[in-house]
Amino acid sequence: MTTKEFKRNDGRKPMELRPIKAKVGVVPNADGSAMYQSGDTIAIAAVYGPKQMHPQHSQNPEKGTLRCTYIMNSFSVSERAKMGPNRRSQEISKITEWALEPVLMLKDYPSQVIDVHVNIIQADGGTRCAGINAASMALAHAGIPMKSLVTSVSCGKLDKTLVLDINGYEDSKFDEGEGSTDIPISVTKDGSLTHMQLDGKISVDQLKEAVQAAREACKEIYDVQKEALKKSVGGEK
Amino acid sequence: MTNESASRKVIVPGEVIVKGKEYLPGEGTEKKGEEIVAMRFGLVEEVDRIVKVIPLSGVYQPRRGNVVIGKVEMVTFNGWVLNIGAADTGFLSLMEVPRFVNKDAMDEVMSIGDMVVAKIWAINQRGIDLSLKQKGLGVIDEGMIMKINSNKVPRVIGKEGSMIKLIKDETGCNITVGQNGLIWVQGKNVEDELFAKRAILFVEEKSYLHGLTDELTKWFKENKK
Repeated sequence: MTTKEFKRNDGRKPMELRPIKAKVGVVPNADGSAMYQSGDTIAIAAVYGPKQMHPQHSQNPEKGTLRCTYIMNSFSVSERAKMGPNRRSQEISKITEWALEPVLMLKDYPSQVIDVHVNIIQADGGTRCAGINAASMALAHAGIPMKSLVTSVSCGKLDKTLVLDINGYEDSKFDEGEGSTDIPISVTKDGSLTHMQLDGKISVDQLKEAVQAAREACKEIYDVQKEALKKSVGGEK
Repeated sequence: MTNESASRKVIVPGEVIVKGKEYLPGEGTEKKGEEIVAMRFGLVEEVDRIVKVIPLSGVYQPRRGNVVIGKVEMVTFNGWVLNIGAADTGFLSLMEVPRFVNKDAMDEVMSIGDMVVAKIWAINQRGIDLSLKQKGLGVIDEGMIMKINSNKVPRVIGKEGSMIKLIKDETGCNITVGQNGLIWVQGKNVEDELFAKRAILFVEEKSYLHGLTDELTKWFKENKK
């Protein structure tokens, strides 16, 4: 251990992820579904379609549409959250669409829509990343052609230290020194970014370092996603 | 790796299946430099250098020539609109019904809710065109309909129909498998039909196994009274 090792509230090392669990096929009625859990954050994603887009005026005859709906269930946080979409969930729905769209071949589905419903049933930081991870697995499970799986992790800066997979406390309550900055990053298998968000202050060098750390961490998460998909076939390696 | 185990591998999108110039990309794959990369989740199959992915899940993708089972959703002035479980609805034109139809009493031939065995004869931007002009196609009047995942249909039929023939022989039922995953089971009594249904569900559940026909023969020995 190095001397200037940063202490995190749950005892993790800065570059350590929370325990991950993933499962495919959790919603029997959906065309594809998946659950992704990172520590105390649990996301469930269900994919319906490709199906005909309704209402008709929303159809795009040139390419298909990806429609994501991110919902944080009222019981997912300790203080009961108000039901229904709000400004935050609308933004994250859009972000999820943008993170997943680059790997899909939407041109093959003119006038059609792929519906992705992401439900956060327990929230403890990094919910949008858990949602994207679950959604990506669910899309693959629904048999939709894609160039790669999408893997997402939230990188963070606590005071001056870079950390991975920040939890609820670190996201909202941490206030030592420079406070906390959350940087959710999504990458494909070959390391190309499909989504990155940042609000807060960080130097260019440190941001580059954060992206690199996220890429490394995503390899670990990717393996979990891959295993979960392969396990769902049953009896096979 | 032996050929046997390579043909059974489960693959996820973005994963490299094989490397080398000699391979050609088939369905569900793409070529990236010298690598063949999967684009769908499923089982890998290699046939003469062509590598393809057999999907395991997802909605039915209609193909020309498929025999499907659909439900009449709407009766229009010149045909019927059928739900065949795909993203698009199928249209069965009056012209494609090989019998005299009185245009004023079209729902006497097929009315809303009827199940129909039909064939896809064209797919275009306007939709899917269906036809009844072939032997074995028409309205279903008895028996029961069951649904499985459309991607499991090839396993239920088996190599050159071996699996479905086994089920037919063992249960004494007449079975029509639609490529969209709807199956029409017609037997002498309900017990036979339910027995056939259980056999088909067994095949669907164990569809990842090798030598499934033998497995099913065993299952029949155990479950037959």
